[in-house]
Amino acid sequence: MAVRTLVDLLQAAFPGGEVAVEDRTGGGDHFQVTVSSARFDGLSLVEQHRLVYDALATPLADGTIHELRIKTKGTT
Amino acid sequence: MTELHDQLKQIIETEDVALFMKGTPQFVMCGNSHRALEALRRAGAPVTAVDILPDPRIREELSALSGWPTIPQVFVGGELVGGADIVEELEASGELEQTLRQKLGDEYRGAGEERVVAVA
Repeated sequence: MAVRTLVDLLQAAFPGGEVAVEDRTGGGDHFQVTVSSARFDGLSLVEQHRLVYDALATPLADGTIHELRIKTKGTT
Repeated sequence: MTELHDQLKQIIETEDVALFMKGTPQFVMCGNSHRALEALRRAGAPVTAVDILPDPRIREELSALSGWPTIPQVFVGGELVGGADIVEELEASGELEQTLRQKLGDEYRGAGEERVVAVA
């Protein structure tokens, strides 16, 4: 899977947020995603990561993402 | 509800610290499971580990229960704390220790041996 696809999915889910995706191994299946968004404000880390999982539900479910590392930040 | 569902639910609810992982603490099969285990060890958590690899249904049932799609999953006092990234982040900030103390009491360190529970 291309980094671009994940960036698009995340930007659609977190409009106005800052999104970065790194292909950690170059194999297109191990990713580090970093998202800063006002949607995270006031949420616990579990809730923040759930929003990222929701945004990437399709590539997670069909197995194209083998490993995902998540870093989230609110704006406050 | 299936027997497996009940078994997983019981582990989550009764174990102080439950770590659902790929492999066992003695033979970890995944980098993220390793990261979560090491963060828990640094915080002195009494870990009860469950290997999800022996049967794919374990992972399916667990994710259905927790609403969390990936492995590892860490529960403290019956509550989902998160996966490897969150557990590492909370350990680094000292919040993991704080949560352990809140849920398990001040004497949680050394309160239990690391152990492995088999399901299914």
